[in-house]
Amino acid sequence: MELLNHDILIVGGGGAGLRAAIAIGEANADLSVGVVSKVYPMRSHTVSAEGGSAAVIKSNDSLEAHIYDTISGADWLADQDAVEAFVNEAPEEMIQLEHWGCPWSREADGSVAVRPFGGMKIERTWFAADKTGFHMLHTLFQTALKYNNITRYDEWFVTRLLTHDGRCQGVAALELRTGQIRPIAAKAVILCTGGGGRIFPFTTNAAIKSGDGMALAYRAGVPLKDMEFVQYHPTGLPGTGILITEASRGEGGILLNKDGHRYLQDYDLGEPLDVSDPRHPRKRTMELGPRDRLSQAFMKEREKGRTMEGPYGDYVCLDLRHMGEKKIDKKIPFVRELCRNYVGIDPVHELVPVRPVVHYMMGGVHTNIDGETPLAGLFAAGECACVSINGANRLGSNSLTELLVFGARAARAAIRFSARQDVIAVEEIHAQCQAEQQRIRDRFFQPKGGKETIAGLRAELTRTMESGAGIYRTEDSLRAACALIGQLKERFREVELADHSLTFNTELTAALELEFMIDASEAVGHSALMRTESRGSHQRSDYPQRDDERFLKHSLAYQTENDPRIEYLDVVVTRWPPAERKYGSPVDGKGGKGD
Amino acid sequence: MPEQTMTLEVFRYQPDEEEHPRYQNYEVPYREDWVVLDALNYIKDEIDGTLSYRWSCRMGVCGSCGMMVNGDPKLTCATFLRDYYPSAIRVEPLNYFPVIRDLIINMEDFLHKLDDVQAWLIPNQEKGVEEGEYLQSPAELAHFKQFSMCINCMLCYAACPVYGHSQEFLGPAAIALAQRYNLDSRDGAAESRAEVIFQDVGIWECTFVGDCSRVCPKKVDPAGAIQQAKVTHTKQFMKELLTPWGNR
Repeated sequence: MELLNHDILIVGGGGAGLRAAIAIGEANADLSVGVVSKVYPMRSHTVSAEGGSAAVIKSNDSLEAHIYDTISGADWLADQDAVEAFVNEAPEEMIQLEHWGCPWSREADGSVAVRPFGGMKIERTWFAADKTGFHMLHTLFQTALKYNNITRYDEWFVTRLLTHDGRCQGVAALELRTGQIRPIAAKAVILCTGGGGRIFPFTTNAAIKSGDGMALAYRAGVPLKDMEFVQYHPTGLPGTGILITEASRGEGGILLNKDGHRYLQDYDLGEPLDVSDPRHPRKRTMELGPRDRLSQAFMKEREKGRTMEGPYGDYVCLDLRHMGEKKIDKKIPFVRELCRNYVGIDPVHELVPVRPVVHYMMGGVHTNIDGETPLAGLFAAGECACVSINGANRLGSNSLTELLVFGARAARAAIRFSARQDVIAVEEIHAQCQAEQQRIRDRFFQPKGGKETIAGLRAELTRTMESGAGIYRTEDSLRAACALIGQLKERFREVELADHSLTFNTELTAALELEFMIDASEAVGHSALMRTESRGSHQRSDYPQRDDERFLKHSLAYQTENDPRIEYLDVVVTRWPPAERKYGSPVDGKGGKGD
Repeated sequence: MPEQTMTLEVFRYQPDEEEHPRYQNYEVPYREDWVVLDALNYIKDEIDGTLSYRWSCRMGVCGSCGMMVNGDPKLTCATFLRDYYPSAIRVEPLNYFPVIRDLIINMEDFLHKLDDVQAWLIPNQEKGVEEGEYLQSPAELAHFKQFSMCINCMLCYAACPVYGHSQEFLGPAAIALAQRYNLDSRDGAAESRAEVIFQDVGIWECTFVGDCSRVCPKKVDPAGAIQQAKVTHTKQFMKELLTPWGNR
């Protein structure tokens, strides 16, 4: 069979993957780029991002302030050199996207409009109403159509990285329409597969977010970094987990407990201002505090019995009524649409029930500031990667910008790397792909009388993650979760497929995704167990303090035959020494030179 | 009380195993807050793992889960069982597209059409990134914004009688997206897109039936885009005819 072959192969066609593809397309028309995606690129989960994308552009703002907000928001676990690069390159990337046609919301003078966001001291979040991710993704997708050197493999599912001689040289991919598994060779491979929120039961994440790229890298010996840091978004819809954007609070929405009390004031998030006060909402205060702190406050309220009970568990209320119909329709029309369709309420007149739901993984494939992983020829960008700029807690609206900045950076690094390679180990690639094909055939197409079902194991996995590795964790809860994940790994061998068809076998892809999810969960559980401190989104009830002595470090989870091996790597600290994270007080942020 | 249930009649076709499509009935729990997609997921997880369909975001924005529901093109993640209960619901792949398997259509054709209409911004004046953003007033944004809301879900094609008659027709979404860029104050390529759009005989067969706009889950109004494009083109044509010496 003819070998499919590219200079650079990108796995994933969301924001990071498309930005990388365009960067290569622009850099050199002679370079051939492949984009492999298990869904049509415009279906990628970037599409669901609502609120906005941060970059300094207004004269009242400064790069320094964005850097400080990001580092303190990350509870000092972000690498400061990476944050600086990110913040410095963000404005240019965002303007570039504007030049490609992104329909940003505008000020009266025609300049790009910005809105306030949680944990940001100054409003710097660019937005396209409340469908920012959708517009960014479609702009990138449509722009990518221009380049003749980009070849798309739409609805191809990567099952394995092909490595030889210590170098990643391609992937094995299942073409969904034909059921064939084929090798696609490349001098460099960039993983842009997004996160893995589906390892939890309540998540804003789309069905496709199963941690594929993380697991692919992990199996190839690449460590997963900071996997214990999982972000809960404080305002998801109960039941479905559908996201109600932080922009709803950026535009003035408030959170109420069952007594109608703005409970965030009880959790070191500052004093509430009346909604009619022109200074409301105040930045880095109350409803505009960071996501980890807001989600934790919900848990405490629940413990005190001050949340409400509904058919899908406990919830609090988001009140948008004071914004009025006009502002809601102008600034957050999608929120209104979602509430009407999925909860049957109109936020113009009614309270919106919300609860924390898993939203984002700060951790991911270990990369350096250029998106390079420790495996030569393998790069990663976007949510599947961990550079890290997000540390222990990502600030809302930094992730969309991250796709652009690090998608482009990884592309540039991959271009440099591929220029130095001339040989692909063709025979070896073919042989490995054949072995992979055999593995999948043996594993999933030979009836063995196994009794396990995909849906059954998946439900157990997600329940385990929620109960063992949720917003608050303890040694006991994590040990139990890790043990169960180990058992699920064993039991996965007993999964039996009903579908043995080669044509678009979605039962097979669901099984492969579940296998990825189990690997990603293993890394989350064990990394969380080993980190005996509380920092950002990782809260250990048995170790409630941050411990910079021992844990101002990134965790690195390596897959082994047994439990993963956890190693540590120092955080890069340049100009902003660790300080206490403060929100809501007038002396906000003092203690770091960034102020 | 026994659980309330309802029936889904689902179109099934597995090309490597059967020659002809068939319908299979499934009994699913009826829940007031379930959408058709929830019922399909229930079937997949609990009854029949071989049923294949596309879905992802389950919040009406990724565009994956378009299907015919009782003969109407719908996003199944935004179509509630309660609007049909207790009658059975028939679920089929989108009209007019080749079926790959079960509820999965082949939409490659549309991807080529996006290429054909140059659905990307071709600036009227190049500007370096260092020169900052293009200024665009809220009114200029509003001029094209509606057409930028297309999620490529293909419902409009499944509702379009002209596309049903000939798949050569560029179709509602591709023309709406062309118009999205034509109307963008930053773009300068309306004329080159018009060449493609008006070579297409299909556009003149479109008689403003408006089914495409009726079924659009995002209120994009592709029918409006098509009529708008026709008017602009006809005006341009008349102007060229009447003033051949200076038509710009």
